[in-house]
Amino acid sequence: MKIREKIIEALLKVSALVTVLTTLGIILVLSVQSFSFFQEVSILDFVTDTEWTPLFAQKHFGIMPLLSGTLIVTFIAIGFALPVGLSIAVYLNEFAPKKFKNIIKPILELLAAVPTVVYGFFALTVVTPFLQTIYPDLGGFNALSAGLVMGIMIIPFISSLSEDALSAVPKSLREASYGMGSTRFQTAFKVTVPAASSGIVVSVILAISRAIGETMIVAIAAGQQPRLTLDPTVPIETITAYIVQVSLGDVPHGSLEYKTIFAAGITLFIFTFILNNISFYIKKKYQEKYE
Amino acid sequence: MSKLKTLSIVAIAAVALSSCGGGNKAAHSEEAGESALSGSISIDGSSTVYPVTEAVSEEFREVAPEVKVTVGVSGTGGGFKKFSRGEIDISDASRSIKQKEITMCEENHIKYVELAVAYDGLAVIVNPGNDWVDHFTVEELKKLWEPAAQGTIMKWSQIREGWPDEEVHLFGPGTASGTYDYFAEAICGKKVGTRGDYTASEDDNVLVQGISRDKFGLGFFGLAYFEENADKLKLVGVDNGSGVVKPSLETVGNGTYAPLSRPIFIYVSDKGAAKPQVKEFVSFYLEQAALLSAEVGYIPLPKEETAKQVSAFENFCGN
Repeated sequence: MKIREKIIEALLKVSALVTVLTTLGIILVLSVQSFSFFQEVSILDFVTDTEWTPLFAQKHFGIMPLLSGTLIVTFIAIGFALPVGLSIAVYLNEFAPKKFKNIIKPILELLAAVPTVVYGFFALTVVTPFLQTIYPDLGGFNALSAGLVMGIMIIPFISSLSEDALSAVPKSLREASYGMGSTRFQTAFKVTVPAASSGIVVSVILAISRAIGETMIVAIAAGQQPRLTLDPTVPIETITAYIVQVSLGDVPHGSLEYKTIFAAGITLFIFTFILNNISFYIKKKYQEKYE
Repeated sequence: MSKLKTLSIVAIAAVALSSCGGGNKAAHSEEAGESALSGSISIDGSSTVYPVTEAVSEEFREVAPEVKVTVGVSGTGGGFKKFSRGEIDISDASRSIKQKEITMCEENHIKYVELAVAYDGLAVIVNPGNDWVDHFTVEELKKLWEPAAQGTIMKWSQIREGWPDEEVHLFGPGTASGTYDYFAEAICGKKVGTRGDYTASEDDNVLVQGISRDKFGLGFFGLAYFEENADKLKLVGVDNGSGVVKPSLETVGNGTYAPLSRPIFIYVSDKGAAKPQVKEFVSFYLEQAALLSAEVGYIPLPKEETAKQVSAFENFCGN
């Protein structure tokens, strides 16, 4: 019996270690390959050059165009998902009948279960043609439609997590607000939302980090042309889409071109790592405790 | 727990056995060389040659149903890389083999033969909603695509006066593609490449999608892909100094559509040609190429040219 306990314990430990070691392994591979990349390309060039053409005869290794592509798509996605997701969360928590909420919440979460390649084709074949009927000069590949569809994809991140945060606000606060004569609307936006703000901010940061790392939607619908721009109507390329492009192509292993994907990868990793840590910090520091 | 273990061992053993089995079977048929062909043929390479090879392999299935033909699309460069490592029997190529690739083949002791199977024209394409372009001159294409254009030639009005003051959105094959190499060399000159700030994709459908949905789009790819999508795109003629010529069966076949027409090839390795199924397939390919290449939108080789390819292959097998 005792031996069995020990075996089980060991197995549990191993499974925990596997995830930790995988993370460490990824960081190690990214760092080693990027290190040898940065021996050939200066970091200064990497962050200041405004062109990214490592696969062509005239090579430039400026990450800015890929970064601007990533950020513009993320910005559009959050700009769309935050108001919609938050409204949904407030509606579900404050206004919707409980029965309705119990039905609608799992359905909303289904949005996150749709394979992202499907979202990509949805963006390319439905959303872009639709937007072109409004704005005919829109490119066939563009950041706008990819961003909007990515926004749809991350709505459940924001709505579900925010709703959890809202419903964790104790009843007493809400009742006190009603007792002071507030309407439901006032209670929602002046009392519950501020009280749950740390949880809402965390949900948004997680959504941003998801959006930055999203690959298929942008690889399909946003184009494959790195360019430093804030114009959402033209084809762009994100960091993730570039990594896909090179991984699928026939760049020789070990070449400088091949190492660019690790340099791009570590840039991406640094961003999401920082964001996750900020969200962790906010959760710890600002979570209001009502007991 | 122990049950699970046994199960997984059984599973592993089964996988190992089945893969061994496959190997044995292939080896067996090689030795036997019976008239009822079996085994497999692996082909990879250019997306431009793919439609022809695919059409031939479909027909071949009817002749030799036991032979498994797989046709990959990793670009001419990607195909040659696998070819030089001996991973594939036949490499589809939309340009001739490069010195670097020849060296790699020599290092790995791979002998090969180059067989032309058809002609292809590179089509310069714009959106059907584009009503200002009637033709391009070779100089205009060069001005637009050469490396110096990167970040400077951004608008239609910079290509020719009178064209709209709107940004031009460029689409083209990626650097792994033989079509890219060919275009870069024919328009911009040897070894200089092109500009890099365009939507580059090895997948021709991405280019078709991009240009067909973008009024200010412009791109190039193999003529065959244009013909498949002729309703969504507009073909533009090219003026090389002796008048505007649009690519067609006639102008590509007789060479007047210059400099953007070229032969397309298959490369067969000596190890591949030693397999009876591959040898049969290649003979079949050369026999059918004229008919099938026309069917999928390419320009067939003249008869005497085909005869040359057949004898080249026979010589290659003879040695």
